[in-house]
Amino acid sequence: MEKRRDLKTIFQLFVTFAKIGGFTFGGGLAMLPLIQHETVERRKWVTEQDIMDILAIAESTPGPIAINSATFIGYQTAGFWGAFAATFGVILPSFVVISIIATVLTAFQQNLYVQYAFNGIRAGMLALIVKSLWTMYKKCPKHAWSYVVMVAAFALSAFTGINVVWIILGCAAFGLAATLIAQRRAEK
Amino acid sequence: MIYLQLFLTFFKIGLFTFGGGYAMIPLIEEEMLAHAWMDTEQLINFMAVSESTPGPFAINIATYVGSVTAPIGLLGSACATLGVVLPSFLIILLVARMYQKFKTNRIVAGCMNGLKPAVVGLIAGAVVTMGSAVFFPAGWALSVLTSYWFIVSSIIFVGMLVLVFKKAHPIVVVALSAALGIAAGVLQPWIG
Repeated sequence: MEKRRDLKTIFQLFVTFAKIGGFTFGGGLAMLPLIQHETVERRKWVTEQDIMDILAIAESTPGPIAINSATFIGYQTAGFWGAFAATFGVILPSFVVISIIATVLTAFQQNLYVQYAFNGIRAGMLALIVKSLWTMYKKCPKHAWSYVVMVAAFALSAFTGINVVWIILGCAAFGLAATLIAQRRAEK
Repeated sequence: MIYLQLFLTFFKIGLFTFGGGYAMIPLIEEEMLAHAWMDTEQLINFMAVSESTPGPFAINIATYVGSVTAPIGLLGSACATLGVVLPSFLIILLVARMYQKFKTNRIVAGCMNGLKPAVVGLIAGAVVTMGSAVFFPAGWALSVLTSYWFIVSSIIFVGMLVLVFKKAHPIVVVALSAALGIAAGVLQPWIG
């Protein structure tokens, strides 16, 4: 797709992604339907296939999916400044809303009823985290050694003080080695 | 210096988290505890706030932690948010030029084969630490099992788990749990 580097497109990218950032609750994956609607159907900046590619790329590059998608679509549409405008746009609503909430939240934290509410909320949040764990488990490849990695990452993070970064790097290296060995065997 | 520390810590978080949803939680929890910026209880509270406000969790928590830890809150928020965004931004700029190759790259695919189960294991680890913060906020003890708030938390947890797997919206879960928490607090003198 041809890149339009004019100011108008860059401004539109900013506005569109600010809208996406301001009207989706619950992060990147929840944003994708709105991103698809705004950038494929309405603006025709990218194609349906691009959205599929973005999801694949966002999942295999670090960082929040919302940022990955905004940067990618911005870049495909209008180059570096497009990427900048879209990323800045998707961040801005969160930044403003949370900056305001941060002051309010500290003021209300001592309130007895707020504490009761959060007592309940923490139990409910745990249910949401368990659901997230289940979703990730379903998406995960199920080789025999996947379970070994799963259990090892769990045990190391829950019962030792080993830094999470080392666990992540170790598991990536192990996954790479196991995959390449399996491929080599299959080629023989 | 707190501003540089915020930037670097959130840069690390942005650089080493893969996948959506709560894949970021294990590393965020570790870093928040290590810097004493938040305890586990506060982190879960903020996750609920983030579910009920617009925008991605990573940005929300970076902005919040920057705001409450730095003397100049707005500058702290800006440093933390810039930190968490920058790795994604730079990496996507690189990948966007050659993403057809990237998509089918064997090395990337191999690493992902290790990262996906790792994230599952790490989140399971977070469920354990967060579960003990929810059910045993004052530490493990047999007597806790019959305490008023342990029973309230268990009922809310099980009820919400059912709702969550019936695809209830997270905001509904947060609002309902909050209402049940307040009701339990108000009723405690009578039934506790």
